[in-house]
Amino acid sequence: MRISCPYCGTRDVAEFTYQGDATITRPDPASTDQNTWNAFVYDRANPAGKHSELWQHSGGCRTHLVVERDTVTHVITSVAFAGAKRKPVSAAAPKRKAPARKAATRGKAPS
Amino acid sequence: MVERESPLGPAYRPGRHGNVAEAAGVTLSETRPGSIVEVVSWPGSEKAALAAIKSATGLALPNMPGAGVSKKDKAGYGFAPRRWLIIDGREGVEQQLQKAVSDKIGAVNDLSHGRTAIRVSGPRAEWVLSKLFAVDFSAEAFPVSNGCSTAHHEIFAQIQRTGKNQFDLIVFCSFARAFWTTLCHSAEEVGYEVS
Ligand SMILES: [Zn+2]
Repeated sequence: MRISCPYCGTRDVAEFTYQGDATITRPDPASTDQNTWNAFVYDRANPAGKHSELWQHSGGCRTHLVVERDTVTHVITSVAFAGAKRKPVSAAAPKRKAPARKAATRGKAPS
Repeated sequence: MVERESPLGPAYRPGRHGNVAEAAGVTLSETRPGSIVEVVSWPGSEKAALAAIKSATGLALPNMPGAGVSKKDKAGYGFAPRRWLIIDGREGVEQQLQKAVSDKIGAVNDLSHGRTAIRVSGPRAEWVLSKLFAVDFSAEAFPVSNGCSTAHHEIFAQIQRTGKNQFDLIVFCSFARAFWTTLCHSAEEVGYEVS
């Protein structure tokens, strides 16, 4: 697999580090809602098909990139600088619905 | 300034090595520039940073990814968004850049003691480097004065083409001897001269 870095050009995947699902938005740091934090840390859609991912060109210009990739065919349809696409931390909650969870499935908050 | 010691140590063996059946395919050397400095601009201050670099060093760097300037004893190029590497034969260029690049424009980082500069020149330079890096070194894709950042098995390297058959590589001091040794091995088949 090769990724076309918007700065460096097309490079081997060995120069890049996977940084996770790009559709996840960090919750408000002040939030104490455990469902929200649980979803942020653990819930991933793991799609077979189109996926939006964060990659860092760690063996090159070191910028973070948002890569639109098909997880079945590895075809990459777009690569953009993450800073240009990502919303700041205070942005609204993620659009993707986290699966509903029962409170009982989670650990208790430390007392 | 503190006297600098080459990290290449006993691995630096001047003379003719490898295939001696024909003329040396490449010449390898350590250029030991006085200054290796990184300049970073804040978002939106790219032009001001480039103007500051020009006023401090005389290098007019184009505001294009990987674009640079290469002169006899100094060079510079962009190696990442809003980041440029300046290499100068003179010591103390960092102070000049510090004065020119205000904290409103960006930041200056002196890497002179932390990096080692290695020159690969000769008719087989493209060939030897192509064995080490997954980068297109042909003159069409990598014109003179252009630079890039890449890695050889996790060893980060910044490379500038400083001539038709000449490349200047910047690697971390701590990895320089290992990288140099690998470079020598890669050059054995074409024959190399260390000068
Ligand atoms: Zn890059």
